[in-house]
Amino acid sequence: MNGPWVRTAAQFPYLLDTLLLGVKITIIVTLGGFALSVVLGLGGALFRTSRFGVLRAAGTLYVDVFRAVPVLTQLFIIYFGLAEIGVKLSPVPAAIIGFGINGGAYLTEVFRAGIEAVHRGQTEAALSIGMTRMQATRVIVLPQAMRVILPPLGNFVIGLLKDTSVASSVAAPELTFRAHMLVDQTYLSTQIYLMVAVLYLAMSLPLAHLVRRLERQTARERPA
Amino acid sequence: MSCDRPDSQRELVRIVDLHKRFGALEVLKGIDLTIAAGEKVSIIGPSGSGKTTLLRCVNWLERPSSGQVLIEGQPIGERHFKGRRTDMRDRELARMRARIGMVFQRFNLFPHLTALDNVAVGPIKVLRQSADEARRQAMALLEKVGLAHKRDVYPEMLSGGQQQRVAIARALAMRPILMLFDEPTSSLDPELVGEVLTVMRQLAVEGMTMIIVSHEMQFAEDVSDRVVFMDDGRILEQGPPKSIFRAPSHARTREFLRAVIERQVFPATA
Repeated sequence: MNGPWVRTAAQFPYLLDTLLLGVKITIIVTLGGFALSVVLGLGGALFRTSRFGVLRAAGTLYVDVFRAVPVLTQLFIIYFGLAEIGVKLSPVPAAIIGFGINGGAYLTEVFRAGIEAVHRGQTEAALSIGMTRMQATRVIVLPQAMRVILPPLGNFVIGLLKDTSVASSVAAPELTFRAHMLVDQTYLSTQIYLMVAVLYLAMSLPLAHLVRRLERQTARERPA
Repeated sequence: MSCDRPDSQRELVRIVDLHKRFGALEVLKGIDLTIAAGEKVSIIGPSGSGKTTLLRCVNWLERPSSGQVLIEGQPIGERHFKGRRTDMRDRELARMRARIGMVFQRFNLFPHLTALDNVAVGPIKVLRQSADEARRQAMALLEKVGLAHKRDVYPEMLSGGQQQRVAIARALAMRPILMLFDEPTSSLDPELVGEVLTVMRQLAVEGMTMIIVSHEMQFAEDVSDRVVFMDDGRILEQGPPKSIFRAPSHARTREFLRAVIERQVFPATA
C-alpha cells in the first residue's frame, strides 16, 4: 500500500506544474485587480474630497455600496448576472473587474485619509504659485499623502493576493481552483493544500518585504 | 493706462465693497481699497478684525461673499457676463494667481521637496520652464535671500526664519507683480524676525508692490507708504505711517497702538 506522502512524492512534478499554472493566474488576477483598485480608489478619493457636493455624494455611494457587499457576491453578479443580460465575461476578466471595483471602494477611503492628512496650507501654497487644483493635488498633495497611504496599501495588496482564492468560485483557474481539481483527482488533500500554503507564502512574503522597503524609502526621501 | 500718469500712480489692485461671511459671522463688512503699482501697504488691527481674510480674498484663496477684487482692472475669481457672475475656470484663476505672490504665516513650504525645488517647482510646473533653467533661476533667488548653501536641504532641517526666506524666494520665482504677506513673522522666534524683515525691506526698495498684514509696527512705519487700520471687518482709517502712528484720529486706533507698542517695548510683560 502506497502512503499518501509516497504518492505525493511520486507525482510531485505533475502536482507542482499544475499548481504553478494556477500561480500564474493568481498573479494576473492580483495585479489586474490591484491596478484597477488603485485607479478607481484614486478617482473615488478625488470625488470624496471634491468641492462639489454631487461628486462627493457619488463617491460616498460607491464606497458604501461596494464595501458593504461581500466580494464573492459581487463576483457572482459580475460573472453570472451580467451573462444573463448578454455580457459574457471569461472568469479571469470577471475576477479582475470584481476585485477592482471592490478594492477601489476600500482604497477610496485609504487615499482619502491620506489626502486629508496633508495640511490645507500645502494646497493653498500650491494654488498661490499658480498651480491648478489638479496640479496641486498631483504635484504637492499626493506625494505627501503617500506616507500615510503606503502601509494600508501594502496590507491591501497582500490581502488581495489571498482573497483571489475566492475567484475559484467563478471558475477562474487560479491556485486554489487548481488545488481543488487536483484534490478531486488524487485525494491528497493535506499534501496539496500544504503545497498551496507554501506557494501563497512564497508570493506574499516577498511582497511584504517590497512594501516595507518602499515605506522606508518614502520615509527617507520625503521627510515631513 | 494714460501716458501723463507716472507708473507709480497706476492702479494695481482695486477692492470694491468686499464682504465675507462665515456662516452667521460677518468678517468683512464692506471693504474698499485701492493700491497703486509699487506701493507698500501695511494692514494693521486687532486679531479678528479681518486683515488676513481680506488678504486671502485678494488672490481668491478665500472667496468673498460679495464685492470684487480687480487686479490690473481684471476681476479675479469670477467672470461677469451679461450681468451674471460665473466662477472663473480653474486654469484662468491659476494664471492670475501665478502673478500674485503670497507668503504665509506658517511658511507652508513643500516638505517633500528640497529648498531649491521648493523655489523651482512653480516655474517648472506652471511656467513650463525647463528644469535646468528653473533651477538656475531658483539658485539666484536662494542667493538673494542668503540661503544658497541650503539648496539641497529639506524644509524640516531649516529654522523658521530660513523657511520663511525660502518661501519668499518661492513666491518671487513666479515673477509676481504683487506680493501678499500674511503675518510673515508671527510664528518666528524673536531672534529670527530680523532676517525675514531684511529680505522684505530689500524687496520694498526694489519697488515691489506689497500688501503686508503684520504686527511689526516699526517695520510697517519704516517701509510702508500707507498704513490701513482695520477693526471689526471695516477700514477705520488709513494714511501715511507717520500720521497713523503719531496722530491716529480714532480712539480704537489709539487703543490698539498703545496695546501693541507696549507689548513690543516690554515683551516680558506680554
